[in-house]
Amino acid sequence: MAGTLFDKIWDSHVVASRSDGTVLLHVDRHVLHDLGSNIAFAKLNKAGREVRCPELTVAAHDHIISSAPGRRDDTYAEGAPFAKALRENTARAGIRLFGLNDPLQGIVHVVAPELGVALPGVTLACGDSHTCTVGGIGALAIGIGTSELEHVLATQTLILRRPRTMRVRFDGVPGPGVTAKDMILCLIGRIGAKGGVGHAIEYAGDAVASLPVEARLTLCNMSIELGSRIGMVAPDDTTYEYIKGRRFAPEGELWDRALAHWRTLPSDPDATFDREVVIDATEIAPHVTWGTSPQDVLPIDGRVPDPEALGDAGARTGAQRALTYMGLTPGTPLDGIPIDIAFIGSCTNSRLSDLRAAAAIVRGRKVAPGVRALVVPGSTSVKREAEAEGLDAVFRDAGFEWRESACSMCAGVNEDRVGPGERCISTSNRNFEGRQGPGARTHLASPPMVAAAAVAGCFTDVRRLGN
Amino acid sequence: MEKVSRIAGVAAPMMVDNIDTDAIIPVPWMTKADVDFGQALFANWRYQDEAGAVDRPDFILNREPFRGARILVAGTNFGCGSSREHAVWALLGFGIRSVIAPSFSDIFYENSCKNGLLAVSLPADAVADIGAKLDGGDAGLEMTVDLEACTVTGPDARTRPFDIDPARRTALLEGLDEIGMTLKDAEAIAAFQARDRDSRPWIYQAGFNA
Repeated sequence: MAGTLFDKIWDSHVVASRSDGTVLLHVDRHVLHDLGSNIAFAKLNKAGREVRCPELTVAAHDHIISSAPGRRDDTYAEGAPFAKALRENTARAGIRLFGLNDPLQGIVHVVAPELGVALPGVTLACGDSHTCTVGGIGALAIGIGTSELEHVLATQTLILRRPRTMRVRFDGVPGPGVTAKDMILCLIGRIGAKGGVGHAIEYAGDAVASLPVEARLTLCNMSIELGSRIGMVAPDDTTYEYIKGRRFAPEGELWDRALAHWRTLPSDPDATFDREVVIDATEIAPHVTWGTSPQDVLPIDGRVPDPEALGDAGARTGAQRALTYMGLTPGTPLDGIPIDIAFIGSCTNSRLSDLRAAAAIVRGRKVAPGVRALVVPGSTSVKREAEAEGLDAVFRDAGFEWRESACSMCAGVNEDRVGPGERCISTSNRNFEGRQGPGARTHLASPPMVAAAAVAGCFTDVRRLGN
Repeated sequence: MEKVSRIAGVAAPMMVDNIDTDAIIPVPWMTKADVDFGQALFANWRYQDEAGAVDRPDFILNREPFRGARILVAGTNFGCGSSREHAVWALLGFGIRSVIAPSFSDIFYENSCKNGLLAVSLPADAVADIGAKLDGGDAGLEMTVDLEACTVTGPDARTRPFDIDPARRTALLEGLDEIGMTLKDAEAIAAFQARDRDSRPWIYQAGFNA
């Protein structure tokens, strides 16, 4: 029977089907971090239970840590107890930790693919909603809460209900200056912040097939902003080339066997999905958000919408509330709105290709007066590679801060905060009220768009700056 | 998990769509020593300062009788965003035992079920009607959510049925220990892994500790 990529991975991981409609799904890879795991370990210990498969588990130290050069566990003081707990819990259980001084340290969803921890066809769970990122290499990656995390630690399985499937096809190839971030923002604007609830999404079409793996990770990253716990791209030669030679990727005969398996995974041509969405990628412009939900998004040549013009009462109230919080007036052109902060980082857009794309805009230019601009690479490896190419110098010369890898300003989890009323254009994934700090005003955009705004001092159509 | 069956008490209307988990509990409040998560609930909306020392008097949960609310009535896609289970713990810590909304995010819903917070979906027009009655206050502010009967009784005493997956209902009513139940399948898990090790050996030979 014809199956989708999702069906094939799901079906081959079912340990037991229960009469109540749930399945016990095997978890091939469990990824932990400092913010999400300590309470689960404490509960596990209290119940007298053991970690069942430490050999299938890794941990990274990424959330509550300083991004300051020369940082230690306690540079951001509130993170120190979390760092200690993470070290002790992983050591006791025999789990590999990519800790602060480890050259393999980085944001969980950056390091999992980068190190070959995540592979096509694996099921991967992590106590973080952006785990869907990792679907970009053809894995079934799912974000979980603390109770589910404890369940995976104890059993190496999850109790799940099968989601419906959705295919989003991006036809054609987007124009210059348009990135995977713009594709996903456009989709969220189109189908809304709950448009994907209850679904596992597969992204397909010419525009997706032509994306490098890092951009596919960006695309899948914001699936959760549609309400989907799972976003995926079918593995192909681009994927295999990306994975080969990664630190924990299979080698030799194992590689050959794995590759043969991976080639069976893509959705069959006659496979059906519960829902199909088609987007003409050639019409996508660079996007930027204006409100407090990722669905509040428009092309850069748009204007701040007028809530009065919205038909639905709920949408009208929501838009009014968002504009009050964001300090914006209806009708204002997005192009030209002044900024205070430009942030390049997060599991959405902090990989080497993101930094290269931003640096191409920044090169030979200066950060606008009064703007704070910072780059927080997604992993220590990304940072080293960027430095080897001289990208750090490009950013520093322009007036950017060049910091250590961490989740940082994406979620206001360390000292990198946006102050009350400050306006930040950010390559991250959530523009929620207070996300980057109490009263912070966040606008989501691609790395080139953030770089362009940093040098212009305001939102700017990156296509005008060119390379 | 504590058993859940019937929740009755004051209901607070927060008729905003897409109330996200960063709003329900901001990250800095998840890492403060000596702060219980109930104090952290809606911290950015509830307090004027970052320490949480000064209330915003206009925020609904700072007003009587809503300080003692047991039920929250909210807009669509409640709990979207981060997977933090702390959002559920913050609601429970405050005293909220049930949230009624047209829809919930998948992870928040799962987290609610795992902790005995009763997340009830009703049609959008029903939630809007209940919200309007609570806002007006004329009909009273008391509601009942009955998991045995699968009904919600509004402030105007109108009773509406709601749907819930039977397995979830049982788990909530009986306060089941899911990990304990799954561990009864330990042999099935071991058998799966033994088979899988033969067909996909690369999964088990990654050598993370090597």
